[in-house]
Amino acid sequence: MAEELAKIETAAESVGPAPSPAAADMPLLRIEEVGKKFGSFRAVDRLSLDIRAGEFFALLGPSGCGKTTLLRMLAGFETPDEGRILLDGKDIAQVLPHERPVNMMFQNYALFPHLPVRDNIAFGLKRAGMARADIATRVAEMVSLVKLDGLEKRKPDQLSGGQKQRVALARSLARRPQVLLLDEPLAALDKKLRESTQAELMDLQRRLGTTFIIVTHDQEEAMTMAGRIGVMDAGRLEQVGPPRELYEAPHSRWVAEFVGDVNLFDGEVSSRDNNRLTIATRDAGTITVAQPRQPVTKTIVSVAIRPEKVKMSRRGPVSDAGTSHAINRLEGVVTEVSYLGGLTTYKVKLESGAVARSSMANTARLDIDAYSAGQRVVAWFTPDDCVVLEQ
Amino acid sequence: MARTVNRISRFNITSLALGLAFLYLPIVILVIYSFNASRLVTVWGGWSLRWYHEFFNDRAMLDAAWMSLRVGAVSATLATLLGTLAAVGLARGERFKGRALFSGMLYSPLVMPEVISGLSLLLLFVALDAERGFWTVTVAHTTLTMCFVTVVVQSRLTSLDRCLEEAAMDLGCDPVRAFLFATLPLIVPAIAAGWMLAFTLSLDDVVIASFTTGPGSATLPIRIYSEVRLGVKPEINAICTMVIALIAVLIVVASFASKLSSARGESAAPL
Repeated sequence: MAEELAKIETAAESVGPAPSPAAADMPLLRIEEVGKKFGSFRAVDRLSLDIRAGEFFALLGPSGCGKTTLLRMLAGFETPDEGRILLDGKDIAQVLPHERPVNMMFQNYALFPHLPVRDNIAFGLKRAGMARADIATRVAEMVSLVKLDGLEKRKPDQLSGGQKQRVALARSLARRPQVLLLDEPLAALDKKLRESTQAELMDLQRRLGTTFIIVTHDQEEAMTMAGRIGVMDAGRLEQVGPPRELYEAPHSRWVAEFVGDVNLFDGEVSSRDNNRLTIATRDAGTITVAQPRQPVTKTIVSVAIRPEKVKMSRRGPVSDAGTSHAINRLEGVVTEVSYLGGLTTYKVKLESGAVARSSMANTARLDIDAYSAGQRVVAWFTPDDCVVLEQ
Repeated sequence: MARTVNRISRFNITSLALGLAFLYLPIVILVIYSFNASRLVTVWGGWSLRWYHEFFNDRAMLDAAWMSLRVGAVSATLATLLGTLAAVGLARGERFKGRALFSGMLYSPLVMPEVISGLSLLLLFVALDAERGFWTVTVAHTTLTMCFVTVVVQSRLTSLDRCLEEAAMDLGCDPVRAFLFATLPLIVPAIAAGWMLAFTLSLDDVVIASFTTGPGSATLPIRIYSEVRLGVKPEINAICTMVIALIAVLIVVASFASKLSSARGESAAPL
């Protein structure tokens, strides 16, 4: 396995396009103000994005957000109405799919049902006019790369879902594309298989160094695999960043709500000092938050706190001289308890009638820390765990 | 399971037998009487291949049969070409202007009374001053059968996953090659089934052929029809038996072909 990979890697270096001198600071793929309309519906709305060589990038968004349209424009199946798509500095927006150094793995795999596995993988190599012997070598490499040994002569309908997925992957990698596009590659697999395939995809991407762009609606999948994620909504990129940044420092209400669970309290900034903001909220009283790096300019804002950062106790946090004055306390009654195995989520009804959510890891086997519905509790969180959102 | 079948079987078998008898008894009688040694159609005179022998010595009948086979083969081939192109246009083409009109006009021969089609074609050929014969019948049959090919091929194409062609393009095929390498292999059985259907339809058409044919180029059905008007000869039974055999073989092959075609496409269906 390792030997095969080493072979492929060295081969890729020798035949792959030499990096141009300008490539050092130029991203491999630059999407500039790209727009696409279907009738009057704006599927992609003047979107710009840079993707570096060797990156594992995920486009994440709800269905209908335009992520698949964007991917199809990168593959060449759709032509942008406006904007440029620069690959290695060359505009490929109007280039036909078969002339792009980009390959795509389709959501339903799109394997050719009349061809055996071997010919499916060799399909793109034959079209490229590769010599017969080289094709055989490359196909053998690909087969062992995706661990399909012994299945070369099977037809696609004699394969399991996971095997089909591997054939599709091998077929799209066989031409050694500069960029591999993956359209919901794991959506058709069951949960266990999906998790192991995620790890294999990441491993493969790291070893081959090919730029992967994956489209998914599954945020766990995106966060697990991708180095950077672009969150899309209504044809626009809401935020681009590493998974941790998206989760811990969302730029907008929409991103905060789309990525993970969140408590949101709307309010007004009532006072500011050097490193603290005080926000008067309608639902949760006064909340003290840490001053974000970018100064807050608006007065009407929302405070976002992730449920796992909301701790619960019967009497509130243990008093600590240094921080207790700044800790936010919300008093309420537990209304709902959901035990999920690794963690338990609680809904706490506050005096204002609003609901705060808290989730706590079940670190002990015995339920000494558990709360039950109807119990009065104090939910508390620190100023540093709050994010102030201006939009 | 078996018991349920047994319990209801008496009624089922009776109705099935009656239904099949209603449909096939006349044909069975025709086939049996084609082996009749007697000169009289209605009197059984023992088994014989005499009338088959008679047919193969009947110059006019043989000419008509040859004419029918040629018309069938040529018109089915033309209809398959045109019908497949139309099907590809309808199933794969962008939503072009007048698509609904095009598809409506394409399918109109399915419901158009044959007398009207025949008459209008006759008027056309007269207006064009075309000499009526082999080619006029062939053209007429092509227009009649093309829509059947389109129906068969289009239904196959729409059940195919469009991603296959996109995948082929992604892997380096221009659109034409993508069709040839990714789509065509999957619709070949449907195209073959369409050809056989067209051939069969052409072979048994009387109405349109009699409008569009000329002197000296009668097709087999026309010939039979005119013979029968003078009284049924047992030779007709022999000819009809052979036509039935040919058509039965074609239909069986066509249905196997389309079954093969859909079995192949199963894995292409969306998951």
